Amino acid sequence: MKFETIIGLEVHAQMLTNTKIFCGCSSLFGAEPNTQTCQVCTGMPGVLPVLNKKALEYAIMTGLAMGCTISSHSRFARKNYFYPDLPKGYQISQYELPICEQGHIEISVDGEVRKIGITRIHMEEDAGKNIHEGTGKYSLVDLNRTGVPLMEIVSEPDMRSPKEAAEYMKKLRAILRYLDVCDGNMEQGSLRCDANVSVRPAGQKALGIRTEVKNINSFKFVEKAIDYERKRQIDVIKTGGQVQQETRLWNSAKAVTESMRSKEEAHDYRYFPEPDLGPIMVGREWIEEIRTRLPELPDAKRERFVSAYGLPEQDADILIGDRPVAAWFERSVAAGGQPKAVSNWMMVELMRLLNEENRSIETCLLRPEQLAGMLTLIDNGTISGKIAKKVFAEMYKTGKDAEAIVKDKGLVQISDQSAIEKAVEDVIAHNPNEVERFRAGEEKLIGFFVGQVMKKTKGKANPTIVNELLKKKLIDVI
Amino acid sequence: MDLFELGISELRALLEKREISSVNIVESICKRIDRVENNIKAYITVTKEHALHMAEHADKEMKNDITKPLLGIPVAVKDNICTKDILTTCASKILSNYIPPYESTVTARMLKDGYILIGKANLDEFAMGSSTEHSSFFATRNPWNTDRIPGGSSGGAAAAVAANECIAALGSDTGGSIRLPAALCGVVGMKPTYGRVSRYGLVAFASSLDQIGPITKNVNDAAILLNSIAGKDTMDATSAPMDVPDFTAVIGEDIKGIKVGIPKEYFIKGMDPEITVAVQQAIKQLETLGAVPVDVSLPHTEYAIAAYYVLALSEASSNLARYDGVKYGFRAEAEELMDMYLKSRSEGFGQEVKRRIMIGTYALSSGYYDAYYKKAQQVRTLIKDDFENVFKTVDIIATPTAPTPAFRLGEKIADPLQMYLTDIFTLSVNLAGVPGISVPCGFTSDKLPIGLQLIGRHFDEETILKVAHAFEQSTEWHRRNPNL
Repeated sequence: MKFETIIGLEVHAQMLTNTKIFCGCSSLFGAEPNTQTCQVCTGMPGVLPVLNKKALEYAIMTGLAMGCTISSHSRFARKNYFYPDLPKGYQISQYELPICEQGHIEISVDGEVRKIGITRIHMEEDAGKNIHEGTGKYSLVDLNRTGVPLMEIVSEPDMRSPKEAAEYMKKLRAILRYLDVCDGNMEQGSLRCDANVSVRPAGQKALGIRTEVKNINSFKFVEKAIDYERKRQIDVIKTGGQVQQETRLWNSAKAVTESMRSKEEAHDYRYFPEPDLGPIMVGREWIEEIRTRLPELPDAKRERFVSAYGLPEQDADILIGDRPVAAWFERSVAAGGQPKAVSNWMMVELMRLLNEENRSIETCLLRPEQLAGMLTLIDNGTISGKIAKKVFAEMYKTGKDAEAIVKDKGLVQISDQSAIEKAVEDVIAHNPNEVERFRAGEEKLIGFFVGQVMKKTKGKANPTIVNELLKKKLIDVI
Repeated sequence: MDLFELGISELRALLEKREISSVNIVESICKRIDRVENNIKAYITVTKEHALHMAEHADKEMKNDITKPLLGIPVAVKDNICTKDILTTCASKILSNYIPPYESTVTARMLKDGYILIGKANLDEFAMGSSTEHSSFFATRNPWNTDRIPGGSSGGAAAAVAANECIAALGSDTGGSIRLPAALCGVVGMKPTYGRVSRYGLVAFASSLDQIGPITKNVNDAAILLNSIAGKDTMDATSAPMDVPDFTAVIGEDIKGIKVGIPKEYFIKGMDPEITVAVQQAIKQLETLGAVPVDVSLPHTEYAIAAYYVLALSEASSNLARYDGVKYGFRAEAEELMDMYLKSRSEGFGQEVKRRIMIGTYALSSGYYDAYYKKAQQVRTLIKDDFENVFKTVDIIATPTAPTPAFRLGEKIADPLQMYLTDIFTLSVNLAGVPGISVPCGFTSDKLPIGLQLIGRHFDEETILKVAHAFEQSTEWHRRNPNL
């Protein structure tokens, strides 16, 4: 029996506002516990929330970028439940009237473009963090995160494979980062993903019973967790069982999903309209004004990279994945770099070095204009491609210009025919055995001779000329 | 005459003339408190030293010719309004040790105007009740008859004003909690329009209904206090961005031609006949002052009490969730988190509060929401429409404030439904969001005060203040003092 997998994702994105959603506290990550709190976000008796307009603006921006309808009239609601990291005993969220509805994101999987529907985007406040350490008798609560603005972006159950889900997450993250409304860091929890997964026999109309998979706390687990859950459900059905509607937790250490609570144990959140905040009225004018400020989004940028720079689709896909990377590329091209060459250097050398250090392109010492400068040195024959790799590594490390590095380290390529000729003659003279073997037909020894000449010239000889001269001299003598 | 018997405007005049000092006033009030507080029990906390200190400061300011509307005046504040660094308990065990780290907007504004906090007044726990018997600490007595309740939930504040244990007070009113005790204690109590006064720092009972207002010895003082506390507050998103007039400016204006609606639904069977008579006489009195009574109807009144309790308790069930023993207030020791929650809340809340949390939780539960909360919201809209329709033809509405005078302590404590009916004439005003004021309009044969309620249009506190003042000045009721 073949099965079809149905996936919908609920994504929580922490907004990059300076302050929290309902008070003036800083929303910066990583401060000492309970230092970014006030009477409002700690839920003291008598306090009231006041909406941070920036959070609303960010939610609208995101909605516009995903083609959503922006509600002119939306509302906050209270989601009631008890937990120590939730100081008011309810979370201010949106329920019946979210700020954005009915949008979509396009993803491309194996060359096929798919449209994934966005059901809704709503605003809400984050909860704090329980910390279980120390004596064991008590747990501690850190309320710094309480009230940090979140967007919940809910997709339609439009995805059919774990890979599609992963692509959706990538695209979603790219859009959020393009908009600069969320840093998209899943490991730090500023982007979180819960997956609703069900399977059904191919051809069956009715949806299967779904489970919700929580705690997918890294990008690399999106595909893994859903794939595990999909297979688990298929196994249950194949062995004559029934999938239970429940919430499951992804356990990344064991690479399995585990039951967290059943449908019967599900909370009754007793949603009702938040009486402390009036309806959110958003005027058309403001929405249009925000629309004019939207940056170029990933899809448009990819198209432009292909048409304007003549890049292959794969190059464009990788470069546009992150806005700062795309911007880096464009700055380098603007400084005179040949687009495909810039792309190659970025995708091979730069990405490798950045990955090794786990460094972001924004904090990279090497500036895009410097890459363009190095490419000019290759083009005019000052350095070889091989030397360029060394120069590039040095530039990356020090942030110095290519020209300076070449000069300081004496890396200028030797293209002077007579200088190279001298080295070639020396090598031939000092290796009579190899010369004989070469002449006897062992042609692969040419590599040995090139290596020897390069060694003699400290790698600076122009390799084309070395090859030409070697062949000429070795054959000449015959 | 003792200073404690006077009102704000009289005392301010004496202070301005340098005939008395603020310290004189505070000392007079403290003496009065020493004498009568044991019988009344109006206060949870009396801030004598603090008040004397502030009075000295006020006197210094006056020496430097500084003038402020409340400079040197001791005011009592209901103990569900947060006062920085001063115990604020909501008359609940669960907050019995809670000291707010911040100042409510209303008290911050009064501080700017020079007021002196004399004490935190008793109330029904979390303002849930109509008799102040539901305080976790003790019941407050009615100064007119200490066997009787003062009304609630701002019973401590109203009793303190009536017993001259303060010059004026701030209460809060969710379904009548200012007007009812004002009526039962023979003083003036006003609930402003919803949104007129910031709720920031008022410990929430029902957020869409709660409103802070003055309880005073006369109408003019109510206008003075309202001037101080009214106006948009950036900390309260539900406070209205409306211009605030000088509410004292209309005091003394005549009321000729003012149309007074008399809703038939507010004169019902089972009402105390002495109250009916007193209120009818009051309406006649308004007529002799030039007002024009008009018979009107608020047809959905009978549904108000049901809608009110569904909405108020739904909101309350959520508002009181934060008292969980985790962050502040009372915590019961337990091994497990769930046990800690259960024990802290079971032991920390009183019977009535727990009853209300349970009713509200039920009304919001999945499967019941549409039948209760949603339906009640629809009824609320109808009630609001009732008022708006009537206000197309009349300027104000006059009704009794309460269906009975102050009842005996313990009389209704075992019968919550009877207790809930006490608010029958006041809670529609909260549902509609309009302003209402209670002024003394007579006494029963048992010498228990009776209140007249005047209801105005949204943000038209001026008209009800004007009419209330004209009525008050043409009668002697407000001049009477209880024998203590």
